[in-house]
Amino acid sequence: MNLVRNHVLISIDAGTIMAGAKGVEKALVDEINKQGLSGEIAVLETGSIGATGQGVVIVVYPEGLYYANVNPEDAKEIVEEHLLKGRPVKRLIMTEMPRQQVIRKEKTGLLKEQARIVLKNSGIINPENIDEYIAAGGYEAIERAFTELKPEGVIREVKESGLVGRGGAAFTTAMKWEFASRAPGQPKYIICNADEGEPGTFKDRLILEGDPHKLIEGMMLAAYAFGGSKGFIYIRGEYALSIERLEKAIQQAREYGILGDNILESGFNFDLAVMKGAGAYVCGEETALIESLEGKRGHPRNKPPYPVTEGLWGKPTVVNNVETLANVPEIVRHGAAWYRGYGTDKCPGTKVYTIIGNVATPGLIEAEMGTTLRDIIYDYAGGIKAGKHFKGALVGGAAGAFLGPEMLDVQMDFINLKEYAAVLGSGAILVMDERTDIVDMLQSVLHFFKHESCGHCVPCRLGTKQLVEIIDRIALGKGKTGDIEKMVKISEVMRDTSFCPLGQSLNLPISSSLKYFKDEVYGRVPATV
Amino acid sequence: MDREAILKKFEPNLSNILYIMHDLQDANPQRYLAKEDVEACADYLNVPYSYVHSVASFYTMYSLKPRGKNIIRLCESPPCHLMGSRSLLDYLKASLKVDLGGTTKDGIFTLETTSCLGTCGVAPSMMLNEEMFGNLTPEKVDSILDQRRKEI
Repeated sequence: MNLVRNHVLISIDAGTIMAGAKGVEKALVDEINKQGLSGEIAVLETGSIGATGQGVVIVVYPEGLYYANVNPEDAKEIVEEHLLKGRPVKRLIMTEMPRQQVIRKEKTGLLKEQARIVLKNSGIINPENIDEYIAAGGYEAIERAFTELKPEGVIREVKESGLVGRGGAAFTTAMKWEFASRAPGQPKYIICNADEGEPGTFKDRLILEGDPHKLIEGMMLAAYAFGGSKGFIYIRGEYALSIERLEKAIQQAREYGILGDNILESGFNFDLAVMKGAGAYVCGEETALIESLEGKRGHPRNKPPYPVTEGLWGKPTVVNNVETLANVPEIVRHGAAWYRGYGTDKCPGTKVYTIIGNVATPGLIEAEMGTTLRDIIYDYAGGIKAGKHFKGALVGGAAGAFLGPEMLDVQMDFINLKEYAAVLGSGAILVMDERTDIVDMLQSVLHFFKHESCGHCVPCRLGTKQLVEIIDRIALGKGKTGDIEKMVKISEVMRDTSFCPLGQSLNLPISSSLKYFKDEVYGRVPATV
Repeated sequence: MDREAILKKFEPNLSNILYIMHDLQDANPQRYLAKEDVEACADYLNVPYSYVHSVASFYTMYSLKPRGKNIIRLCESPPCHLMGSRSLLDYLKASLKVDLGGTTKDGIFTLETTSCLGTCGVAPSMMLNEEMFGNLTPEKVDSILDQRRKEI
């Protein structure tokens, strides 16, 4: 590696590509070459830095200075003024800093250091270069597993860490691995569920785009722990950049002997393949995903048998979410005790949230379990946009719950929210200001479910249709007395009798909207006489 | 690339069906799975025509009807809805003079909606073929579509 005096990191993710990041990158490189600075200044691609909606973002090191909304025309000025003469271009300096960066630099001293476990490397390393992942401590965990922990030790560390699935269901990760490890049958498979479709959620995409090797290492550790030999990463078809980056990363890992036979002389054989989905929300359900991988319509299967005993092609299969697996390398590397230093006693670790809607700085944040909604909205996301006020939030995606202002100070973790009949789910937080019409939002949620219902079971297929008919007429002001009670009843039947979580979870947005916004919703139908 | 060449890229395993259909559809100038595509896929994988048809019709990214050169997929999930995607949909319908699922007379655009694209930080957003666009306004949509018309 050449010794360079400045590194210019340019965030390349789906969001910044939209804003023209590739053009800016080219303009910067051209200008640097033109000025004869190519030996002194390196332009590097990195993943998302956690801020969205601020156009093309670049960071100049060693200063750690962030520029936002950069256009190709600005390249000349940045190179001439900042990189050549050392004078930052004031008009482009980012004003709405992503929180974790501010904290990491310890400039404010207000909160304790921001916990970044999953997103540790995202926005810092070049995701297309395996060497940078290794330099950041990558693949140390798998080495520790091979030489010190052995499979039982990996399961033990992950069990003691208290890690639960981050896809929504919050099942204990180590328990899944134990079941699969005991199940008879060979080969055994690990599947990474990257069919991220829960509305408002894009955490997995940014992990895939920003740090693909971390996912590979997480999958290796899981497979090593329960005796798996082949892995699949099922990515939704719309995530073109994720697919490209992961395929590249797998190729590099193979070239380094990190994937393949007898990895690092350990006797462990493991390889990975990427599978591209084709647009079906229900495929996020693990058995539907397995069906889809087998080349079928993505209908959920009957459970039991669970995938850990009879999964892909009838073999023991572990299905874990991207974020869950991205936690594993850090747990194995630093140990369970270190991991439990984050979060709450019952829910250790961190959670990656996507915070969107009517907030000043929408984006991706990683916060310790137990952080309140208020901190996330007002500290991390800059509060409500344009001087408006908080009305409510839809937390956990479309299959989540509407929450009112009285929930702002509740500690958010998987267990605590359950006590309030809410869920953390995928970690999507859609913030709504006072102008929002709750009936209109509920209508959008129900239309989403009607569209995504796979048609396999009757309660969900017919229930979603009936709910849409009712909410449509309420939204038009043509609701009838008793309509709301009917909606509740239908959603309760669906909760109790639907085949898979898709139909079962729809009661939550309905019941929670009535819990926190009862007067508003009932105000839209004639009162009972 | 012709059908044969696409099929030959893959092992004739059922688990490759989604990939095969993606590639067949991308290679079709009308961006859909024609009867011949479905047939070729069925023969290659040694399954009935009806099987391939049933899988293709399950997933929203496949179309069994001819479409325009460019597919607009506007997100209508709650986050984009909150940020105004419904009025954008009305705008697109009016300016392209098509209904949902329809193709413009010149065959350049097909208008579709989609579930969450995972670009909610810049809602409302849409995909135009493989490309994502966010922070949409009617003016921005106009300029994106104009640009695309010029490229043809």
